[in-house]
Amino acid sequence: MNRLSPCLAALKKNNRKALVTFITAGDPDLATTEEMILLLEDAGADIIELGVPFSDPMADGPTIQLSSERALAAGTTLTGILETVRTVRKSSRIPIILMGYLNPVHAYGYERFSHDAAQAGVDGVLLVDMPPEESDDFLRSATRHGLNVIFLLTPTSDASRIATVNRLGRGFIYYVTVTGVTGARQEVSETLKSELARIKDHVALPIMAGFGISTPDQAASVAALADGVVVGSAIVKLFQQHSGPQLRHELKDFVKALKQAISLN
Amino acid sequence: MKLPDKNGHFGQFGGRYVPETLMPALLELEQAYAHYRRDREFRQEYEYYLRQYVGRPNPLYFAEKLTNKLGGARIYLKREDLNHTGAHKVNNTIGQGLLAKRMGKRRVIAETGAGQHGVATATIAALFGMSCEVFMGEEDTRRQALNVFRMRLLGATVTPVTAGTATLKDAMNEAMRNWVTTIADTFYVIGTVAGPHPYPMMVRDFQAVIGKEVRSQHRKFEGRLPDYLVACVGGGSNALGLFYPFMKDKEVRMIGVEAAGHGIDTGRHAAPLCAGSPGILHGNLTYLLQDQHGQINHAHSISAGLDYPGVGPEHSWMKDTGRAEYVSVTDSEALEGFRMLTQEEGIMPALESSHAIAYLMKLAPKLTKDKTVVVCLSGRGDKDIHTVADAMGVVF
Repeated sequence: MNRLSPCLAALKKNNRKALVTFITAGDPDLATTEEMILLLEDAGADIIELGVPFSDPMADGPTIQLSSERALAAGTTLTGILETVRTVRKSSRIPIILMGYLNPVHAYGYERFSHDAAQAGVDGVLLVDMPPEESDDFLRSATRHGLNVIFLLTPTSDASRIATVNRLGRGFIYYVTVTGVTGARQEVSETLKSELARIKDHVALPIMAGFGISTPDQAASVAALADGVVVGSAIVKLFQQHSGPQLRHELKDFVKALKQAISLN
Repeated sequence: MKLPDKNGHFGQFGGRYVPETLMPALLELEQAYAHYRRDREFRQEYEYYLRQYVGRPNPLYFAEKLTNKLGGARIYLKREDLNHTGAHKVNNTIGQGLLAKRMGKRRVIAETGAGQHGVATATIAALFGMSCEVFMGEEDTRRQALNVFRMRLLGATVTPVTAGTATLKDAMNEAMRNWVTTIADTFYVIGTVAGPHPYPMMVRDFQAVIGKEVRSQHRKFEGRLPDYLVACVGGGSNALGLFYPFMKDKEVRMIGVEAAGHGIDTGRHAAPLCAGSPGILHGNLTYLLQDQHGQINHAHSISAGLDYPGVGPEHSWMKDTGRAEYVSVTDSEALEGFRMLTQEEGIMPALESSHAIAYLMKLAPKLTKDKTVVVCLSGRGDKDIHTVADAMGVVF
């Protein structure tokens, strides 16, 4: 019943790159989130990363910090987010990954969360402040309920950490292309090609590269090196600048442009 | 059983809950610390600076007049307020600064609430010739303007943090974000016994000099170990520094005093051990102020140094195992403590330390005269004069 691995396998078979789009759940409210997931899918997104807002997002730059604050101010909770996923599942099979920090999941309860998330139609979970060393308890519950637990690798990860993530991770590996927090950057790292080559030799899972990718050109150059790209802050920024029909319009155009750019390889 | 275990856990508490980018840096730090803590030259240099630069050992002072006033147990004050820079924080920054130097890091960063840890970090950066950036909640930069100026005089860059609640927890988020970005040449000097492993252990070890001195000083006065140890707890570094060397001495009772702010019932406090629940923040699992959804609540205390929604993981473990007790006193009780020590002994305590004095005022009268209580006077009160004046309605 998991939608993630079949989706990634199909992309690979057709020699296509995955476009992973991130939005913060509940920014500006969950009704909009529900609508935007479907819009992103229509515009060409292959996988949705749904940010679970947290009061203290220590790995995020200003764009996602502010977005999280808007979502929390609107009363967004994990319970509400799972309800939204359940509703989306009535009309869409696009893989959905929840991405966030561990504490809201800890407060919900690992076992109860894993059960409820899988039931609602969540395909995977990425918790940025849960490195492999601290993942035992959560992995046990997530695995029991068939949730893919996705781990991060970064330019600072050495061979033994790459091996550990390859062993414990499911679905895909999220490669953080910069040594830093989330947010738009002017340039794509020049060393990305050799960094990714180093990792590809040692992992079986597909690699999605993200952090700092903000234009179709950047997406295209990163996609050429990985199995897919994640675009977050650049999309979230549109939620800061626009609302209503204007937001829908801008979002659709941007995601279409991203999709087109990564398909040209 | 020696705690923490190799992954930094104290029972269920502690650990290393950080983004992957930071993991290699934490592992590198852990290895470096494991090596240097046993290195004779490193220890000698650390002790040299504590003696010649900080002015240790500082006195364990018998507060005779306060003892008579309260009419119960004999009261001793551990005078961390007499350290260079005016608080216990420097014990730790000297240690981490020397470690940073040996690891070849040229830049140090720190978070600060009251500004004491920021000043202590800026001080050692000046001493060891490193560049220094201190992150401080914008709200705190206003409450502690004097310390901001001190840090700038010492050559540090003070970066006000406007995100979130603009207090200590947000300063720590921002310091983490900066560290993620600058990891290659930067050492993060954490100021308390919290954060990811190995910080809670390392800061405890550097602060343990407090309790070690108290052991021998108290023995000289009394010929035995103290009956009670009392210290304020924000993150909990002065308390753990005092408590740790007595951990195995079951007859020594340890009491940590949290900030009850406007009162525990009002919800406006900074007492996670007394009124919080376990969760994950800033790299460790520990007692936190949080709502049912795992969002972190605002802390409140009149003392900027205690205004933090978490606490060191070893304190959480000591609470659950019953090795230490944790109590709380309100803002106004702390102000009473400030006044009492100032008027009875001519010593102005920091508002953080005033919480320990306030609890002492409840505890000492209930004890017989053959008992002793050691209170950690973690810092001096000069920095808080404006806050105290405000609370008394005095305008300069």
